[in-house]
Amino acid sequence: MAGHSSVVGTFTVDPRSRAAKRRRRGEGATGWAFVSPSVVIILGLSVVPVLWSLLLSFQVNDLVSPSEWVGLANYKALLTDPTFGSAVSHTLVYTALYVPLSVIAGLAIAIALDRKIALIGLYRTLVFVPFVVSAAAQGVLFSFVLDPEFGVANSLLHKAGLPAQGFFSDPGQALYLLVAISLWSGTGFCVIVYLAGLQGVSGELVEAARIDGAGRWGVLRHVTLPALAPVSIFLLLFQTINALQVFDLVFVTTKGGPLGSTTVIVYFIWEKAFKTFTAGYSAAAAYTLAVALLVVGVALQLYRRRVAAR
Amino acid sequence: MRRISGWHLVLAPLALLFALPLIWLLVSSVMSNAEINRFPPALWPHSIKFDGYRYVLGNALFPRWFLNSFIVSAVAVTANLVLGSLGGYAFARIRFAGSKLVLGLMLATMVIPFQLTMIPTFLVMKQLGLIDTLGALIVPSLVTPLSVFLFRQFFVSLPRELEEAAWIDGCGRLRILVSIVLPLARPALSTVAVLTFLATWNDLTWPLIAINSDSTYTLQLGLTTFQGQHHTQWSAVMAGNVITVLPVLLGFLLAQKAFIRSLASTGLKG
Repeated sequence: MAGHSSVVGTFTVDPRSRAAKRRRRGEGATGWAFVSPSVVIILGLSVVPVLWSLLLSFQVNDLVSPSEWVGLANYKALLTDPTFGSAVSHTLVYTALYVPLSVIAGLAIAIALDRKIALIGLYRTLVFVPFVVSAAAQGVLFSFVLDPEFGVANSLLHKAGLPAQGFFSDPGQALYLLVAISLWSGTGFCVIVYLAGLQGVSGELVEAARIDGAGRWGVLRHVTLPALAPVSIFLLLFQTINALQVFDLVFVTTKGGPLGSTTVIVYFIWEKAFKTFTAGYSAAAAYTLAVALLVVGVALQLYRRRVAAR
Repeated sequence: MRRISGWHLVLAPLALLFALPLIWLLVSSVMSNAEINRFPPALWPHSIKFDGYRYVLGNALFPRWFLNSFIVSAVAVTANLVLGSLGGYAFARIRFAGSKLVLGLMLATMVIPFQLTMIPTFLVMKQLGLIDTLGALIVPSLVTPLSVFLFRQFFVSLPRELEEAAWIDGCGRLRILVSIVLPLARPALSTVAVLTFLATWNDLTWPLIAINSDSTYTLQLGLTTFQGQHHTQWSAVMAGNVITVLPVLLGFLLAQKAFIRSLASTGLKG
């Protein structure tokens, strides 16, 4: 539009055009005035901390006294720290279970919910509602439900004639319980995104496949799933990033225990920075996580582009 | 009569499974302590008792935590609407030197994990003297790149013709934004409001780092310490939990359509 008016302006003597030119000059200042609060806050609280974090990761720092430069020592120490090693493996187990289960269950539930029958709105609401409950509230609720002595879970097991469980006090169960709680709250988001995606699946294609003799599974495999591929990749990326950063639920329920069985990477980072006050070491762990996230993100973006190009 | 679909046999139990923990939350919050501490615990209250709520609301700190959470969320929502729409409008409509570069940089910051910035952000807030004040919670949530981006996307899709008449009449950008563009931007406004409220009300990690004294706690933070201190008063802990969850739940039930649209659209655009 702006280009168009300037071409016209060279051929006509429009009294408006001079005013327009003056206005355009003032526009730059207006633009910067509009964006500068956001730019200062967003870049100030991201670029500065990212660089600061990098510097910290090469230092010994206790958040109070002046820090000391130690080069790569923090990263070297991380490599041989068994706590960090187990934090990485707990995070990977959690991610490997939570991400595919939530996405597959989300797809299955979305397909089941994608029909016009009575009460469908209520069903959708009930499946989604746990998603808006904060991790802190979820943690408090499930600590109560799963309390070995007073919890309703053991009471139900008792009624069913099954042995009582230790739940969060059992190192063999705690991590899997965290996955289960996350599935309860996080699957609803996948359902909603898939339901929105299903609106975009072409009815004509489904119809055509039916006429060509495709059954329910055929339509799902050859029409619905390919059409949902971009949505699926987004969800895999989104859920993976969330899973690798799980913290709140762990903090409220187990505090990394019992016996360190639920110490995930972010819990490790938090503990090192704000409990044992080894901020440099913690920053090195955070940078390691960030690089891992970057690799996952870039890999999925590349795959996404390949799918889109097809 | 309409035939009842067989799908109900699958969907009803499934929906119930998702609802059950929240139903239990409500039920246990109105049980008496005697009932709640019995083994095996009662599955249904014999009489409804509001002791838990009375205890929580009579507690000197709990209403304060609610107020703190409310202040932080209200300021964050307002600021994201104002700053996000200003920035988003400029990026969508105004040509100025460096705008593409700055927008690109801002969007790039969306992929930075919070864990990477939390320690230096703590140090920045300490330099500013904001640690242990609500300011430490408010400043980092004043505007997010997602808010700016969502507004920009919405404004780009609005036809320019709407603003042209006002532009020729000599209206300034701010006036055009306030009196013409924003009244049309309800979907963008509600999306940003919903996402900002959800993020600030439900946050635990940052208040945990930035706040030390219990009078400055937010609800989420207060709830987790409350649980530790009142382990035996489970009905009070559950009543506190209901009060923490309720604003989001009510908001969701009242604005369900906008809520779901905003979450689904951020998903589909991402």
